[in-house]
Amino acid sequence: MNGTDLTQTRRRWLGVLAAAPAGALADAWAREADAPSMRFLRAPETGLVMVRGRMGGTGRRFNMGEMTVTRCAVVAGETVGHGYVAGRDKRRAEMVARLDALLQMDGRRERLLRELVEPLAAAQADARATTARKAAATKVDFFTLVRGEG
Amino acid sequence: MYVAVKGGERAIDNAHRWLAERRRGDRAVPELSVAQVEEQLGLAVDRVMNEGSCFDPGLAALALKQARGDVVEAAFLLRAYRTTLPRFGYSEPVDTGAMLVQRRISATYKDLPGGQILGPTFDYTHRLLDFCLMAEGEAPAPAPEAPPEGDGTSPHVLSILDREGLMQQEEPGTAGERTADLTREPLLFPADRDLWLQGLSRGDEGFLLALGYSTQRGFGSTHPFVGELRMGEVAVEFVPEELGFAVELGTVPVTECEMVNQFTGSRSEPPQFTRGYGLAFGHAERRAMSMALVDRALREAQATGEATAPAQDQEFVLYHADNVQASGFVEHLKLPHYVDFQGELENIRRLRAMTAGESNAEAAQ
Repeated sequence: MNGTDLTQTRRRWLGVLAAAPAGALADAWAREADAPSMRFLRAPETGLVMVRGRMGGTGRRFNMGEMTVTRCAVVAGETVGHGYVAGRDKRRAEMVARLDALLQMDGRRERLLRELVEPLAAAQADARATTARKAAATKVDFFTLVRGEG
Repeated sequence: MYVAVKGGERAIDNAHRWLAERRRGDRAVPELSVAQVEEQLGLAVDRVMNEGSCFDPGLAALALKQARGDVVEAAFLLRAYRTTLPRFGYSEPVDTGAMLVQRRISATYKDLPGGQILGPTFDYTHRLLDFCLMAEGEAPAPAPEAPPEGDGTSPHVLSILDREGLMQQEEPGTAGERTADLTREPLLFPADRDLWLQGLSRGDEGFLLALGYSTQRGFGSTHPFVGELRMGEVAVEFVPEELGFAVELGTVPVTECEMVNQFTGSRSEPPQFTRGYGLAFGHAERRAMSMALVDRALREAQATGEATAPAQDQEFVLYHADNVQASGFVEHLKLPHYVDFQGELENIRRLRAMTAGESNAEAAQ
């Protein structure tokens, strides 16, 4: 994998992991019993990110309001793992950082992508599909009969 | 002016203990959990997150429980909490065009690409109290499903008018553009649209609703159409400095409204439609629609240089929209003003004595 591909793949796994349930992340970490020892580069910390929108959905930016975000960084040898997750769950941010470090290691990446990231991504796609199906069930065709007042 | 006072600790402590007892209510009734508030009073949670200007459903639910359901007090609690947290930075602008749509309607086009999606709405309900909800029954069956046309995203309706050139184009954003931030700099006038959209985003829903309503009733001439109202999840991306690329933090539900208004043209611009824009956390249609009406009113005033109605007056709108500030100033009147009042009391007595003196003098003549 070259640098650009790796960045794209890493972007994806960080997004998938950030949306994963805490239990799934903890279980995945527990399965990596032979993981190298890691120390905190930045202990889990909760803060705020100001969420931005665009005027009219497409125009200039504006600040809408903040959201809570928790981040963590761990280091294993030369490898630094980062976790950035919405909300205040410090353990979840830590798990994402640890798994991010493992996913950057050549010997583990392929297996973890296959056994952890892809199944999580599939579950997230399923949840999206369920929402889309519920929305589709409420799709209406209005027939214009008589003009209403106002 | 209020004055500092000392003492009263025991009374204050006892008052707060009574408040805690009241908050709990009848002990024969099971206590409400924060998770129950979050799951089952979601629209109150959404309002608190908007007015508290902080997306965190768990904290907003806790604030509601602590505030005994007072949404303005809950928003205050959330605002106070957010001041204890460091700011990591600004997100990438959310892409509402890529929203996983739960609801999406237009009052301007009957047949839209992607269709009219009603979603979980109060619209078309009969507004009759449902006594079934008073009885402990079984959970409702899961909502019905149907095969979707695409992946659950839909293009913005107004892009149809955009393509014909009949919609005033939004100014495109540029990479280095400066974006005002009310939480970092004071509110100065004249405000530009980025600043007022932020002010409206965290504004009191009742105030926004009343202002929006006033524009419909003739205080600021608008004849608006809901070009599109949509609600669903959008991804929030953030670029951590140490990574240098955008990562997805998670998704947040938002409601977006685009109001369309006719504009008959000017010397420099052809007749076209212009828009007002509203965006809110969660499912908050009344808020997003009201915000869009007020945004349009403020844009009109900015374009013409003339504010003829309250909703077009930037200072009136932005100085009074924030309910944390507003309730702070109104409610501070409860604090001891003994010295001030003593001064006024003496003044009134003196004036009355003077008047009485004059009357006596007149009577003597």
